[in-house]
Order: sequence, then structure tokens, then C-alpha cells
Amino acid sequence: MTSIGKMKLSNVAVALVVLTSALALATMASAHGFAGARFFPATLSTDDPFVNDELSLPTVSTIETPEGRETEISADIAKRITPNLGIEVGESFLELNPNDEPETSGLGNVELAAKYQFFTSEAHETIFSLGAGVEIGGTGQKRVDAETFSTWSAAFFFGKGLGDLTENLALLRPVALTGLVGVAIPTSASTQINNVEIERHPNVLQYGFALEYSLIYLQEQVKDVGLRAPFDRLIPLTEFSFGTSLDRGQTTGTINPGVIWSGKYAQFGVEAVIPINERTGKSVGVIAQLHFYLDDLFPRSLGRPLFGWR
Amino acid sequence: MQKRLAFFAIGLLSLLATAVRVDAHAFLVRAEPHVGSRVTKAPNEVRIWFSEPIGTRLSSIKVFDASEKQVDKMDTHLDGHDRALLHISLRPSLAPGAYKVIWRVTSVDTHVTNGDFRFEVAP
Repeated sequence: MTSIGKMKLSNVAVALVVLTSALALATMASAHGFAGARFFPATLSTDDPFVNDELSLPTVSTIETPEGRETEISADIAKRITPNLGIEVGESFLELNPNDEPETSGLGNVELAAKYQFFTSEAHETIFSLGAGVEIGGTGQKRVDAETFSTWSAAFFFGKGLGDLTENLALLRPVALTGLVGVAIPTSASTQINNVEIERHPNVLQYGFALEYSLIYLQEQVKDVGLRAPFDRLIPLTEFSFGTSLDRGQTTGTINPGVIWSGKYAQFGVEAVIPINERTGKSVGVIAQLHFYLDDLFPRSLGRPLFGWR
Repeated sequence: MQKRLAFFAIGLLSLLATAVRVDAHAFLVRAEPHVGSRVTKAPNEVRIWFSEPIGTRLSSIKVFDASEKQVDKMDTHLDGHDRALLHISLRPSLAPGAYKVIWRVTSVDTHVTNGDFRFEVAP
């Protein structure tokens, strides 16, 4: 890690501590991502299926890949245009420690996305959405390998809570599944130098899901088992996040067991990042995220849709 | 870069400082009878404590027996001293059996939440 990188990381860490302390004022209760009685938290590794006003700041991840250690600090903000249509903007700061090469750091490409939540069933705790996004090539810094070409993506998102299970399966009612399947299409098929192809950029099938067991739901809807703060606001989960190259069939991905604590205005999540193969990573990494519910923080201004608010 | 981060952190904290006075979604904190509990004596009311003050408009509790017959007195009302506590009276002497409580509340900042739970009367 470079000294500059250390300073930047420590600044972010200080900001994180201060923000967390400020939010400690907010103790219980929770916020958005609802379908009936189901509260879906924002997941860390797979994009969530709902449209809302939210801010992830920061998401910090680190993993040892075959090329070296990669550490990423990112920020994402999502804003509802209408109650069912939202846009998102994301940016990341990368720190790379390549094998046998000098350490480097810099900004990645800007990412833009839009999502439309076209189906919500309160009775069946179900959400379906469609999304499209673009990583804008050339907006990041080359020293951290930010691509000079753009990559477009489209995905179908889903969320389903099992709250409609029969009473004899009541202890499974806190279970929920969210996930996505989509494709990422680079605008450049390969990188060439002097007409020699040095790297191919395949279309990638992206898919993943998060399996959650909400202690919030257990406590509020199924059985008061006597959990008290902070345990009554926990959602243990495991995320599965994969990508398969459509031309070569190679798959990379991670399995991320962890836990999310959901408070009144924010949630905090942390997960282990377990690579599914050596192509993905060489050791277990970690991802952590502080996520703000803007709809609860600013219900009368920033946290409401621009149009169509009832 | 450090200056930018400092300005950004101060700006964000200022923004959050303006926000922490508001109310959020109202969640069930606890209920009487307890969620999923078995009670030996038939209760004469259901009480639900929420995490936020509740607006009376559009907030309700309904209680049904196993045959989906409504057994409350349709008199959902806020507690006189605690605006986060909602009451509903039950018909006298509920028969032994399972009951379902369905609640829907609007917090004072208009966020709507809902849910349901069961309890059982087993003398």
C-alpha cells in the first residue's frame, strides 16, 4: 500500500467512524425496500431488486486476486424519479498491489444505472424489476486499469419473501431470496496494440442471489423470541455472485456469508468474500458497507420521488 | 485530496444533522399478547408498541379467529400517553384457539408499514 493510499484509507476510516457515531443516535426501527410486511435490506454484493432513495457510503472491499491484492472503496447513490423508477450513480477508488509491480491507486470509471420496479405483491412479498446501466469508459484513471471503453448492462431483478408460507412452516417465513440475472456487453471486443490483440473483452452473463433470514421478521411477524438490541435488527445472509464469459464459458464468482444490521436511518453490513475458484481469488476477502436510507433521513425532500409522490 | 474528503465529510454530517430529527418507518417493537405466543387467559385487548409515533389516520389493527371472523370491537385507538402505542379491544371471553392480528400503520411522517402475527388462547 502506498503512503498516499494509506492516508486516503485512514481519512475514509475516520469519516466512517464519525458517521457511524452520528448514526448511533438512531437506535431501532428501520426503513425501505418493502413488499407488504417484508423489509428487504440493501445487499452488498448483488444489487437489490427495489427502487428507492439510498446512499451507500462507503462500500469497502479487499481480496487477493491472481494479479495481486485489490482494495476498492466505492460510493453509490440512488434516487427515485417516480415511485417505481430510479437512477443510480456510482464511483470507486481503487488501490492495486499487483504482483511484482509497484502499487498504484486511483479512481475507477463512473457507473450510471436506471431501474424500473414493475411488479410488487404485498401479499406474496414479491418484487420484480428491470435495470440497465453503463460503466462509462475513459472516466477513470488508466493506472488502475479503468477501461477506455464503455460496458453496457441489462438485468432482471427479483425479491421474494417466504412470509406466505403456511403456519406449520412458520419458522421459515423469515427467509427471503433476492437476486438478479443479466448481461454485460463491452463496446470494445478486444484491446489491441499495433494490431496485436492483447486482451479480449467478452460479453458476460451476470447472475447472483442473496439468501436471507431476517431476525427482524422473526421477531415482529412470527415469534417474539426475546431478542433485544442489537440482535433484533440483524439479518444473517449469504450472497452468491457470479459472472460467466459468454464466449469462453469461464466463470468467476464469490460466495459471501455475512450479516446486516438495519437501524432507523442506516444499515451496516459485513461479509466474508470466498472465491469460488483460483481465477477469482486466492484467499478469503472481506466486504463491508455503510448504507443510508435517504427516504427515512429526508422524507420530505431528498428522500421522496421527484414526481408522482402521493 | 484530504481537503476534499474533509469538506465532503463535513457536508455529509451537516446534511445528516438536519435529518436526525425526523421520524422513520414505524416498526413493531413488541405486542401484548406477544407475537407468536400462547396465553392461558383470553385477553380483552391487543396492544402494539411501535418504534415511531403513529398517525391515527389510516392506522388500524384487526383481529380474526381461525374461521376468519373478526373478533375485535373495531375501536383502534392511540394510547393516551404514548403516541407509539396502539390499542384495540376484543370481544369478551375469546374461545380457545388461534387468532391472527393484522396491523397497518402510518407514522407521523406518512411512511406506511404493515404486518401480522398470531397468538393462541389455550386455557
